[in-house]
Amino acid sequence: MKFSAMRMREKLIVRVIARALIPFILLFGLYVQFHGDFGPGGGFQAGVIFAAGFVLYGLVFSLEDLKRVVPWRVVELGVASGLLIYGGVGVASLLLGGNFLDYKVLDSHDAMHGLHLGIILVELGVGLAVSASMLAIFYAFAGRREAR
Amino acid sequence: MTEHLPALQTALPLLAAPVCVLLRRAALVRVFAVLVTWSCLAIALSLLQEVLGHGEISYALGGWVAPLGIEYRVDILNAYVLVLVATIASVVIAFPLAGRELRIPKERFFLFYALFLLCLAGLLGITITGDLFNIFVFLEISSLSAYALIGLGRDRRALTAGFSYLVMGTIGGTFILIGIGLVYQMTGTLNIVDLSQRLPPVLGTRTVWMAFAFLVVGTSIKLAAFPLHQWLPNAYTYGPSVVASFLSATATKVAYYVLVRLLFTVFGFAFVFERVQLSALLLPLSLIAMVVGSLAAIYQTNIKRLLAYSSIAQIGYMTLGLSLANLDGLTGGLVHLFNHGLIKGGLFLVVACALSRVESPRIESLRGLGKRMPWTMAAFVVGGLGLIGIPGTVGFVSKWYLVLGALDQGLYFVAFMVLASSLLAVVYVWRVIEVMYFSDEERAPERDDAPLSMLLPTWVLIGATIYFGLDTELTAGVAEQAAAYLLGGAS
Amino acid sequence: MNILGLWNYWIVIALMMIGLYILIARENLVKKVMGLNIFQVSVIMFWVSIAKVRGGTAPIVPEGGGDVIYSNPLPHVLMLTAIVVGVATTGLGLALIVRIHEAYGSIEEDQVREMDRAEE
Repeated sequence: MKFSAMRMREKLIVRVIARALIPFILLFGLYVQFHGDFGPGGGFQAGVIFAAGFVLYGLVFSLEDLKRVVPWRVVELGVASGLLIYGGVGVASLLLGGNFLDYKVLDSHDAMHGLHLGIILVELGVGLAVSASMLAIFYAFAGRREAR
Repeated sequence: MTEHLPALQTALPLLAAPVCVLLRRAALVRVFAVLVTWSCLAIALSLLQEVLGHGEISYALGGWVAPLGIEYRVDILNAYVLVLVATIASVVIAFPLAGRELRIPKERFFLFYALFLLCLAGLLGITITGDLFNIFVFLEISSLSAYALIGLGRDRRALTAGFSYLVMGTIGGTFILIGIGLVYQMTGTLNIVDLSQRLPPVLGTRTVWMAFAFLVVGTSIKLAAFPLHQWLPNAYTYGPSVVASFLSATATKVAYYVLVRLLFTVFGFAFVFERVQLSALLLPLSLIAMVVGSLAAIYQTNIKRLLAYSSIAQIGYMTLGLSLANLDGLTGGLVHLFNHGLIKGGLFLVVACALSRVESPRIESLRGLGKRMPWTMAAFVVGGLGLIGIPGTVGFVSKWYLVLGALDQGLYFVAFMVLASSLLAVVYVWRVIEVMYFSDEERAPERDDAPLSMLLPTWVLIGATIYFGLDTELTAGVAEQAAAYLLGGAS
Repeated sequence: MNILGLWNYWIVIALMMIGLYILIARENLVKKVMGLNIFQVSVIMFWVSIAKVRGGTAPIVPEGGGDVIYSNPLPHVLMLTAIVVGVATTGLGLALIVRIHEAYGSIEEDQVREMDRAEE
């Protein structure tokens, strides 16, 4: 692993292509994320694609480089706050007089608008939690070897 | 706000888990987790009171009305199970964590509390939801956190125990998923109440029989019913005692609840006990579990493993009550669900207390502890008496109903076996007591009992086994109502 | 009974048996996790295949509506959850294997069991 990681760093083509690809991967992740409320897509897929961009960076360069971009604390924060955004929408709709996760009450004038807003927020929470969890799994497994 | 209690019951611990990760400081997280769990208990108690007073509660999650949306449905049966789960969780979470039993250092204890709350949310979710697929999701949430909690044990064998629990549990969960799929294929619905109305016309088809088989086997794995119990002894032996206490008192009990719900509400009494004749299989297996579990417990040298094998025997009692399928038998099974939860939760906490003073959970290392830790060991004696079923303890109440149920069916042999396996329980409990109190030690050991913060939770559970042995209003009364409701709703 | 017409079930059964066989027959823990994955995937396949309505299309309302038969989207959504459960199970299983490897120096189940027995 260590050996191949070093070889990877020397390979110019891989590095250049990865560097060019990563922005598009992240952009595609965002596209899938925001496409999710009226078409195929959504937080789960988007989260994985978004995390894949960072994982590619970590593989081509190194785990330390990736950790400079996304520190472990941020990953942990992402997992927790993603779930909290999701639950927060539920609690907010509860406080506004609806049932738990009843988005229709989020907008007092237009139920459809509330539904729209609720789904976007929930998917945002899901996307954040999923991409952070994926990164956390990557960190946990990739960092293991170096700790030894 | 009170009408939202069903949603808060699961949402509260589920959302508290990430907050634990954000708070990080062990002392802070502990106070927070205790508060959350206690409010869960308050919610569960008020739900039970509400159900007893005003009948069933139905809550449409997200405002989508059942059968389209996910419905949380609280009736007397699951309100009763909710109270058990929340009670055990409230006591266990107040128990101080011992670093010597855990693999993680103190500054990462917050992860333990996060896992614990996730597991609690899953268990409460399984119990409260009225949607079959939702049961699967919550089952996996609770199981996944349970595997991780078991793997936190200090002994390296905890890892292999956690892994084989993961493999067995996932097979069980996937079997349940197949069963749900087959049922959905035949009826097009996942709502339990809706299913109970739509299944009867298609009950004769082979698909539904397959679904039944997959669902029963899947839940039996999670329940650790007799031939499918292989994961349990190692998991409880090598996992931290606190975790063993929590899981033995809740996880298998909730699986038992799922089984009862499937048999009586979803498939219905007539199908399960008259067409499939499940009793013909379940009754002998329960009897074997009672005897084999107790016999295996007698030969153990590790006290945690002894308790784990005793759990298998006690699960045999619960499934026995189920297979009798009459009012007294089912009441016995449901009462034992609560009672065994209290006893086994209490006994594992006793072990946790003991392990704060002695190095190893081997029975020999408990030598002379009766004098050294009088309060802890007295708790073991009282809990052990409950396990045997001495009159005045909760164990007696459940066995009383089971014997009544067996006699009601004319099954004298079964009634005899219940009493005979109690004698086996006398043997394995006595083995421990003998070592603790009646081993000749040259020098009288100094009194060095577990701290009050440990003794208090232990005695709450152990004291409850005496209290509910004398005052059976809350347990047996509610269980009898639940059993009558299940049998009445089924026929 | 049209045996061949039920080909989706044959695929599901074959995958399920392969998965279970790997789980039982292999000693290597990573291979066990793979077997578990194949087993779970077979069930996901089963759910997805029962959702297909003959002649149905993807359940997206075309512009202006219209009289179209849709496949049942619900099982797909449910399986999304099941896939997430599967990923979490795999992640946890592999994490335990990493720990087992650090503690025992082996991920062969028979060797690990041998070491446990020697310790007792």
